[in-house]
Amino acid sequence: MLLPFAALFIAYALGSEARLADNPQDKLLPAPSKIAETAGRLITTADRRSGEILFWKDTFASLQRLGLGVAIAAVTGLITGLAIGLFPYVRAAASGFVSVLSMVPPLAVLPILFIVFGLGEVSKLALVVIGITPFLIRDLSQRVLDIPSELFVKAQTLGASSTVIALRVALPLVMPRLIQSVRLSLGPAWLFLIASEAIAADGGLGYRIFLVRRYLAMDVILTYVIWITLLAFLFDFALRRLSQRLFPWAGEDSL
Amino acid sequence: MGRPSKLILSFLAATTLAGAPATAQEKTDFRVAWSIYVGWMPWGYMEDSGIMDKWAEKYGIDVEIVQINDYVESINQYTAGAFDGVSATNMDTLSIPSGGGVDTTALIVGDYSDGNDAVILKGEGDLTSLAGKPVNLVELSVSHYLLARALDSVGLAERDLDGVINTSDADMIAAYTTDDVQAVVTWNPLVSAIMEEPGANKLFDSSDIPGEIIDLMVVNTETLEANPAFGKALAGAWYETMALMAAGDEEALTAMAEASGTDLAGYKAQLDSTEMFYDPAAAVTFTESGELPDTMVSVAEFLFDKGILGEGAPSADFVGVAYPDGSTTGDAANVKFRFDTTYMQMAADGAL
Repeated sequence: MLLPFAALFIAYALGSEARLADNPQDKLLPAPSKIAETAGRLITTADRRSGEILFWKDTFASLQRLGLGVAIAAVTGLITGLAIGLFPYVRAAASGFVSVLSMVPPLAVLPILFIVFGLGEVSKLALVVIGITPFLIRDLSQRVLDIPSELFVKAQTLGASSTVIALRVALPLVMPRLIQSVRLSLGPAWLFLIASEAIAADGGLGYRIFLVRRYLAMDVILTYVIWITLLAFLFDFALRRLSQRLFPWAGEDSL
Repeated sequence: MGRPSKLILSFLAATTLAGAPATAQEKTDFRVAWSIYVGWMPWGYMEDSGIMDKWAEKYGIDVEIVQINDYVESINQYTAGAFDGVSATNMDTLSIPSGGGVDTTALIVGDYSDGNDAVILKGEGDLTSLAGKPVNLVELSVSHYLLARALDSVGLAERDLDGVINTSDADMIAAYTTDDVQAVVTWNPLVSAIMEEPGANKLFDSSDIPGEIIDLMVVNTETLEANPAFGKALAGAWYETMALMAAGDEEALTAMAEASGTDLAGYKAQLDSTEMFYDPAAAVTFTESGELPDTMVSVAEFLFDKGILGEGAPSADFVGVAYPDGSTTGDAANVKFRFDTTYMQMAADGAL
């Protein structure tokens, strides 16, 4: 498993060495040692102007946006997905709408989001929420529809109301699926987060990358990219463990 | 991943190719990049009208002028070695290619901004009323520099604002119409579009700091030294086009106006806030003037202050800048940005 990583590193180091031999100040492929040095400084040194350590400020700002956005999307997706899957009337009214809505490319409506929600935090959250909620709704409602109808019939013969069926039969069955869908949505969620921060922001991981791109500070960009990758990997890992812990019966695959 | 070795090999090949540095030698094919801006529209016209080909042929070379939609990307591509020259401002040349160790020569000093860049407030007020307000701009660009100079003129600093918010130039006009935005700093043609909004109040523009935001055609110094014909062809074609513009050639001006997304009247209005050096002798005089080193020193200080000269840059003097009379500012042992009037002088003398 480590072999491709090692190959990637060696290839990068060779390319970097070739360029640096020609121009020691080359910014395009900084030496791995230079990236490590920059990363060390970013993590520990306070900014000249604000006195804050920008790396942690950016990380905090982005994680807050990502966490809130994904949480709103997950709750909305779960409730709407359950309603569409369980109640034929809701399904008739909403499922077509949701399928069409999920086809709208979120980045294409970004200018509209700005005008509706302004340039502040709300439009950034809205982009993440709009970006992943339709997928969650469709995935979860399909999961509810896949539940064998015998289960519902049994519950009904035992006198369960619609609410009880939703909470005691359907909800436990779709919860593992919710975690898995959120795991799959995290990639797009990061994409939308970084896209929104690239356009108008004064902090955040995506903001910093697009800012320093202006003077080709590849050492900073690569540090942030590695950090984002690590964070994304950790979230995915944590969600997988959570799912295994809470729903061991769901037989999660190994991915 | 059944056959990692093959994958690694192809990856190695790809990275090494991407990493192959441009080497200076005598050659016949050259590529320069430009992006849309009032003072750079002639580059597109030179390519389309055949003026560039005519001059290139005269010197037995081939020059391709390529338009890049994203300004910063065009400079990054030049810095990476994909182009022999690029249209850029003095500030961005110092921070991107020169700060990145690519020895760069300002071959043609085309114009300076004389009102094209502006600080605009929504509603009544003056520069002091920016205190406590957020300002939207393309951070680390000439807009940011203009804001710093504007605040400086009334004794304010960036920390007196409620922060600057990095906003893409592509979204600036839409951003201006939202409630959150109270003040913006941007450049033409965006300035003229925003000034059409009711209540837009121009507080400060580049005509208040004339000659500080300079638009150049910069080329790789080593390439130019090995190939003087490249410099001659570019200068010859440029000043032939300048003569057309100075004479008010409607066909040329209309072509440039349309390429920049406006009409003849709109383009002429933008030219009014641009000090174009139609006459090569005027460009030479400007480049040789004693004010240029002062401008470059204050630009270098601004860049260092904002950390743009690179995270590891030890001081504002880290990159040296050389002037036509041989003097330098910054680190004389690390001169990476040269103002050279040789080719503009040839054009002025009719020696091309």
